[in-house]
Amino acid sequence: MAKKQYAFYPGCSSQKGASAANYIASFGVMCDKLGIQLNEVPDWNCCGASIGYGEGGELPRMVLNARNLAIAEKELPGQDIVSGCPACWLGLREAVDRLHEHPQMKTDTNEALKEVNLTYQGTSNAKARHMTEVLIEDIGYEAMKAAVVKPLDGVKIAGYVGCQANRPYGIAGESFENPLYLDRMIEAVGAEAVPYEQKVACCGGALAFSEPEKSQNLIRQIVESAYDNGADMIATPCPLCQANVEIYQAEINKKHGTKLAMPVLYYSQLLSVAFGGSIKEAGLNGQLLRAEQLEKIAGK
Amino acid sequence: MSDLNTQAVARYKNNFLREVEERVEEGNMVKMCMQCGVCAGSCPFGPHWQHSPQKIFMMIRAGKREELLTSDSMWMCTSCYNCIVRCPRKLPITHIIHGLANYAHRLKLVPKGQPTRDVTKLFWDNLMKVGRINELTFSLALYFKDGLVQGIKNSLAMQSAGLGLLKAGRLNPMEIFGGHKCKEQSGIHRMIAKAREIEDGRRGLLA
Repeated sequence: MAKKQYAFYPGCSSQKGASAANYIASFGVMCDKLGIQLNEVPDWNCCGASIGYGEGGELPRMVLNARNLAIAEKELPGQDIVSGCPACWLGLREAVDRLHEHPQMKTDTNEALKEVNLTYQGTSNAKARHMTEVLIEDIGYEAMKAAVVKPLDGVKIAGYVGCQANRPYGIAGESFENPLYLDRMIEAVGAEAVPYEQKVACCGGALAFSEPEKSQNLIRQIVESAYDNGADMIATPCPLCQANVEIYQAEINKKHGTKLAMPVLYYSQLLSVAFGGSIKEAGLNGQLLRAEQLEKIAGK
Repeated sequence: MSDLNTQAVARYKNNFLREVEERVEEGNMVKMCMQCGVCAGSCPFGPHWQHSPQKIFMMIRAGKREELLTSDSMWMCTSCYNCIVRCPRKLPITHIIHGLANYAHRLKLVPKGQPTRDVTKLFWDNLMKVGRINELTFSLALYFKDGLVQGIKNSLAMQSAGLGLLKAGRLNPMEIFGGHKCKEQSGIHRMIAKAREIEDGRRGLLA
């Protein structure tokens, strides 16, 4: 069967040797087993993320995203542009929306794009999407289930959807307060989705850098709620959520005498292990807090 | 205080709402606020805002310009988008807050050392260098933003996390020599300079 083709926008954290290298590592087996072909957008640039606004302003942010959209349109025509990072996805999708709704902004954007000899047409039906949308809408839970060769039996996972994979756009048909897609993916690979209170809570995002105490309070609540409800690990669709919630547990322990050590995985790592990926292929060697249960299954 | 700020005061007199409508991202939506307070109650950093979003919208109408733009309230937004999806009047609250933060920064009214302002500036400057974020140089710039001594303290405090990431293959020390970058760097610089020029022109911010 021919593979489904997508323009792929990895984003800065998913580059080799960057903070979400474990995330992108796990895409290989996952995409291969599900018949997904990701074609990287040539010479893509940063989207401005959710913190660039202060210095960047509105039009420069639109233009950053429009350059990526215009390159994808030109080099990979007709293909949806997909990112694994919710902030990248949000940047692209917001740009598509505003450029369609505001003709003046589109004119201004194209004026700036002349500097790189590009034009954003925005006339095709290509959409900006998050990787989870591709899995849910184009592949489906049943097909994910069918690809499982090593079910994650007995692993209890708190699906942490967080903010930008859920708001303001979210996944079609899901509620903002209790989206179920991540739980359904967890169940599709044979693990148990643990209900807990902090599924759509904020980890502090980029303010983990600037307001560490306030953000670590939020992170502590997320991890403690997962523990209280019997989870073995947390799984998320967001690189910043993953990094914040994993990295700062040691900091919180130092400051508050807690003993937090909850592994924080990506959904794609769960799929990769369940589809037969090795520890390395699933990026499990990229965890600060190792997920021993998954390593055991992957090593079988 | 800056020339841009003096010009803005002279131009808009006491009509702060009009100033926001014309110069702040999505500012024309501010007048739609009906003061229900759902935004203030939905914010994960709610208790830390000197003025909640609800209060900010009323301050704009009441002309509390100086008091708002010099406060650090707009810098408490984590971009979680709770307020946007819950607002019954569909105000793009997150974007307005970002826009106010950007505007206060442009007018040089933000208190010195406001940490989130410093982070957003370092982030943008970092991405502008080669078109992509270099996580290593960005982190180092952050740690050392308040001087060498504080920088060493910060680096030591995060040493174990740094080593952990290094060991996990999620932090590449070679990035200090440049690392990942866009090929079309000078084009990107020109493109962004052009975008800023157009936007400043539309908002009356050209000096």
